[in-house]
Amino acid sequence: MSLPVYKTTLDNGLTVILKEMHHAPVASFMIWYRVGSRNEKPGVTGVSHWVEHMMFKGTPTFPGAELDRMISREGGYWNAFTWLDFTAYYETMPSNRIDLALQLEADRMVNTLMHPEEVESERTVILSERHMYENEPRFLLNEELTAVAFRVHPYHHDVIGDEVDLHNMTRDDLYNHYRRYYVPNNAIAVVVGDFQQDEMLSRLNELFGHIPAGEPAEPVTRQEPLQRGERRVVVNGPGDTAFLTVAYKVPPATHPDYFPLVLLNAAFAGGSSLGVIGGGSSNKSSRLYRALVSNGLAVAVSGGLGPTVDPFLYGINVVVRSGRTLAEVEDALDAELARLAQEPITEMELNKALKRARAEFVMAGESITGQAQLLGLAETVAGDYGWFEGVLERLNEVTLDDIERVRETYLRRRNRVVGWYEPEVMAG
Amino acid sequence: MSNQSSYPGPDSIVRRVLPNGITVLIYENFASQTVVIDGGVRTGALAETAEKAGLAAFTASLLMRGTQKRTFDEIYESLESVGAEVGFTAGRHMTSFSGHSLVEDFDLVLDIIAESLCRPVFPPEQVEQLRGEILTSLLIRANDTRYMATLRFYETLYGREHPYGRSSSGYTETISAITREDIVNFHNTWYGPKGMLVVIVGAIKAEDALARIEQTFGAWENPQQPELPPIPSAAPPAQLTRVQTSLPEKSQTDIVMGLPGPLRSAPDYLDASLMNTILGVFGMMGRIGKSVREEQGLAYYAYSQLHGSVGPLPWYAVAGVAPENVEKTIESIRAEIGRMQNELVPEDELEDSKAYRIGSMPVGLETNSGLASVIGDIEFYQLGLDYLQRYPDMIREITPERIQAAAQKYLSTEQLVVSVAGP
Repeated sequence: MSLPVYKTTLDNGLTVILKEMHHAPVASFMIWYRVGSRNEKPGVTGVSHWVEHMMFKGTPTFPGAELDRMISREGGYWNAFTWLDFTAYYETMPSNRIDLALQLEADRMVNTLMHPEEVESERTVILSERHMYENEPRFLLNEELTAVAFRVHPYHHDVIGDEVDLHNMTRDDLYNHYRRYYVPNNAIAVVVGDFQQDEMLSRLNELFGHIPAGEPAEPVTRQEPLQRGERRVVVNGPGDTAFLTVAYKVPPATHPDYFPLVLLNAAFAGGSSLGVIGGGSSNKSSRLYRALVSNGLAVAVSGGLGPTVDPFLYGINVVVRSGRTLAEVEDALDAELARLAQEPITEMELNKALKRARAEFVMAGESITGQAQLLGLAETVAGDYGWFEGVLERLNEVTLDDIERVRETYLRRRNRVVGWYEPEVMAG
Repeated sequence: MSNQSSYPGPDSIVRRVLPNGITVLIYENFASQTVVIDGGVRTGALAETAEKAGLAAFTASLLMRGTQKRTFDEIYESLESVGAEVGFTAGRHMTSFSGHSLVEDFDLVLDIIAESLCRPVFPPEQVEQLRGEILTSLLIRANDTRYMATLRFYETLYGREHPYGRSSSGYTETISAITREDIVNFHNTWYGPKGMLVVIVGAIKAEDALARIEQTFGAWENPQQPELPPIPSAAPPAQLTRVQTSLPEKSQTDIVMGLPGPLRSAPDYLDASLMNTILGVFGMMGRIGKSVREEQGLAYYAYSQLHGSVGPLPWYAVAGVAPENVEKTIESIRAEIGRMQNELVPEDELEDSKAYRIGSMPVGLETNSGLASVIGDIEFYQLGLDYLQRYPDMIREITPERIQAAAQKYLSTEQLVVSVAGP
């Protein structure tokens, strides 16, 4: 069974979070950098994600091909992901091999080379990744909708970056970003799994302790001004299926209204009760599913919000059933939202969401990699791993009045963006 | 589980065959207060005709939309009230179910699986509701480059007469033509306990779990349940065969290329499987990934797959590339196939892939779901309960010559179907 979480900060500012779990001979190491698309300026959009790719190209000690080979031949898997507020790397290994992960992350925090020819070769890989997303109507809609929602704040652009910047960015842009943000005082190391806390801590000190701290990251100051009225966006593109997204501006993870919104969404749309992206089970007993899917207007509906550093979006996504129209579906959604105001979430619906939260929390605890990701996410976006460890207590404090208050405050027409994907192939 | 003798095996997996033909496998794991139940009945797309393609999947998707005991709304209300998950999917050879819940909700999950499987009522309005959802999903599929490249690959490689040569989700015409009577008949005929598998992993005592399964499924009978028809063999095409699907205004092209692969029961299956690890899996997608992505920067993904089964499912490579790089990518993949056939794999490269296959076992067995899936495969493919304990040595014994022999026997640079979908 798992032991309590231990948190400390090394002298150079590296935050360390350790959690022993001994049910399987596996350990997961993660390093989170507090940098993502939120920190990017026009001209270098997508730089955080591209740097993530370059981190796999190697250092003098661990050349790129060698890195990959070493992890894989020890039976591990590794990967990385970049999001609005962070760039994170992880290795899940048989526990007696986890030291390799620590060594290579300590090394590539400082020594990644970024050869110019590798930057060029990766440019086409990144463009190919972007084009893979563009093949998806939902990506095209989401990218436009988010840009319309955020006129000022850098959440405006997608994490992958704008095509033009992916063509123009230079090796220096990438390398400078790396040197600026990949410093211990801007990072969080998380280890979960089958290890001894004292030994792990002293090993982290040996490997990371000597890396000098850097300048603190400059604060992101371009906060989004108050939205004054509903915004709408239409995207046309190939296909036969229409998609509707309605997104409301909502507060960040640390705001007291965050968990009431999580439970509102869990009860109304059947989304995750823990307030993290992904997770959650089916939503076929939710009000929204019954109003849109059971009534034959849509084939799928989901609602979700995720923890972010700055205010972001609560999105309701609908796949329109063939033969139905976007306008019909939007009307039905609005009618259900109006009903939600007349007939607020009940105690029974709240209790159901809370029981689901407990099941989701226990299931999330089964996977060592999953635990490392949730602890790291909490520490990165909320500045406190306890945001996740204590989530059940926080949810239990939410009242029906809180839920009704956040509905009234945020689920307003003037606070939303409505996005339509209307299939239409260009003639000729 | 730190050494191979502590992997699940004959001493820790409880296996029972019930008189009506159900095989039950149970593995206790008290690390977390959850239980996973996986399993399936012996039916799937193999049991349907070309005219009714998608019937098995349609039927499976309706199981939870109303039973003799509960309506659709009642089923999902009870599951979602406790955060439990239950799902059914029809594959080609098996119609599978999967449940995951807190241990306190295991009885509910088991009851819903049992009533959905044995006593569904297929309400007419739910048949139409689901038909509309499937038809919409087929339209989404028709505009997805990766899905269409894959579908045309299977159709071209196996032909419409072979059960692998048709979409198991069906087609607009076949889904539109399936009647409720077809569905009821399909269920009455094909669903039964003979050959059924149940795997339970989690915080429950084996004897308790076994008693619950006997109580729930012990009396289930279907005297008319037939054996699935045998799966025809499949030959690779006589020469390189191209098929092109045009999807205007898309940004990227998908390529799927390959040929029929070995059966899981082939004596050299692990040789072929390890060969595929070297070719398109190890590290950053093996030799194919190294050439197409790392060295040439042509694609975000380029890898190969081999999943041996009870029929000749394919070996295939997949890549997503810019339209102007299609030819270069196909040639690069063919070159890697040729190199695999013509040159012995260097010892150190082989050792890397062996170490990966053996070393990654504990990671795959970390969760209840991972354990249930591996134990289910061991039973389905009749690998023996000591398979996980024998596996490391079987991998270690493979030589460069055996890898080359598998590449020569199962791959080809010419006799391939190459399916391309994009702008």
